[in-house]
Amino acid sequence: MNYDLGVLWLVVVAGGLGTLALKASFIMVVGRVDEIPEPIERSLRFVPAAVLAALVVPSVLTVDATGGALALPTVGYSPKFPAAAVAALVAWKTKNVPATIAVGMLALWALEAL
Amino acid sequence: MSARTDAFEGARSVTPFLLGVVPFGLVYGVTAVDRGLPPTVVAAMSAIVFAGAAQLAAVDLVARGAPAVVVVTTILVVNLRYPMYAASIAPYFRPFSARWRAVCAYLMTDQAYAVALTEYRENDPDVDRRLWYFLGAALALWISWQVATITGILVGAQVPPGLSLEFAIPLTFLALLVPNVEDVPSAIAAVVGGGGTVLGSNLPYDVSLVVAALVGVLVATLVERAQDDTPECAAADGGDES
Repeated sequence: MNYDLGVLWLVVVAGGLGTLALKASFIMVVGRVDEIPEPIERSLRFVPAAVLAALVVPSVLTVDATGGALALPTVGYSPKFPAAAVAALVAWKTKNVPATIAVGMLALWALEAL
Repeated sequence: MSARTDAFEGARSVTPFLLGVVPFGLVYGVTAVDRGLPPTVVAAMSAIVFAGAAQLAAVDLVARGAPAVVVVTTILVVNLRYPMYAASIAPYFRPFSARWRAVCAYLMTDQAYAVALTEYRENDPDVDRRLWYFLGAALALWISWQVATITGILVGAQVPPGLSLEFAIPLTFLALLVPNVEDVPSAIAAVVGGGGTVLGSNLPYDVSLVVAALVGVLVATLVERAQDDTPECAAADGGDES
């Protein structure tokens, strides 16, 4: 990791203050806005699916993003992809986080050993 | 009932969640150290940010050298669910003093929210029990999270390299993602968010994650709205003026 330590602390503090503002929002502001407007609330329902997928997908593929801002990246195979597919099946069937991690790691180690 | 009993019952109600929270905290600590973040920052983030998925995302982006603005924005986008929790639980917190409300807000987590709201709705407890039940549940999770992440940091320093441990991060997100894909619009949100991030990965400053996630939310919203409109139109068969 080559990250400036001061900047890293700034990230932690800013991320913490922002998170606290989001958590406190409707709890601290009393009487003015009691409820999130219905259309916004319906959109917020999709935030976890969109964000979590955005975090997962690039990490299970080999993405070569060195082609410049206007080019599409080169996407290649990674053994993490089938390992993640197996883990997704476990997540779907068991809804168990530790089991999903365990099976996914074992699957990756097995595929890398082949 | 006494404050102590209420707090104890709150704490007891979250124990099933610890099966998920403790390994999550271990993964966070182990991978953060494994990817070269300073242990003090890793531990401090658990206390200052106190939001697991956001912390894990931040570690991932910092390790990849993403700009600070992108890391902070990602933390906030991942935490956009909290205003929803705040809005739905705020009526029950209203009689608390401002100081206690601030403490409750800081301690808010997915799990504390879930058990407290269930208790409030089912048993309609008085103000004192509402406060202490929440504090018991939330503090039990807070302590577990800090202990688990510090343990992960200590263990992480001992783990040999070459085990592809960084893969535990997407696996954790995957385990959280799957139950959130519950219908067609949420599946579209996931496909657009995930696919868009990859397609946009040549964009500068690693903005593709935040942009793709927001576009995913927007597309899913439009699809859901179209779904809702379709049966009405069919039923009205031209008679509907809206």
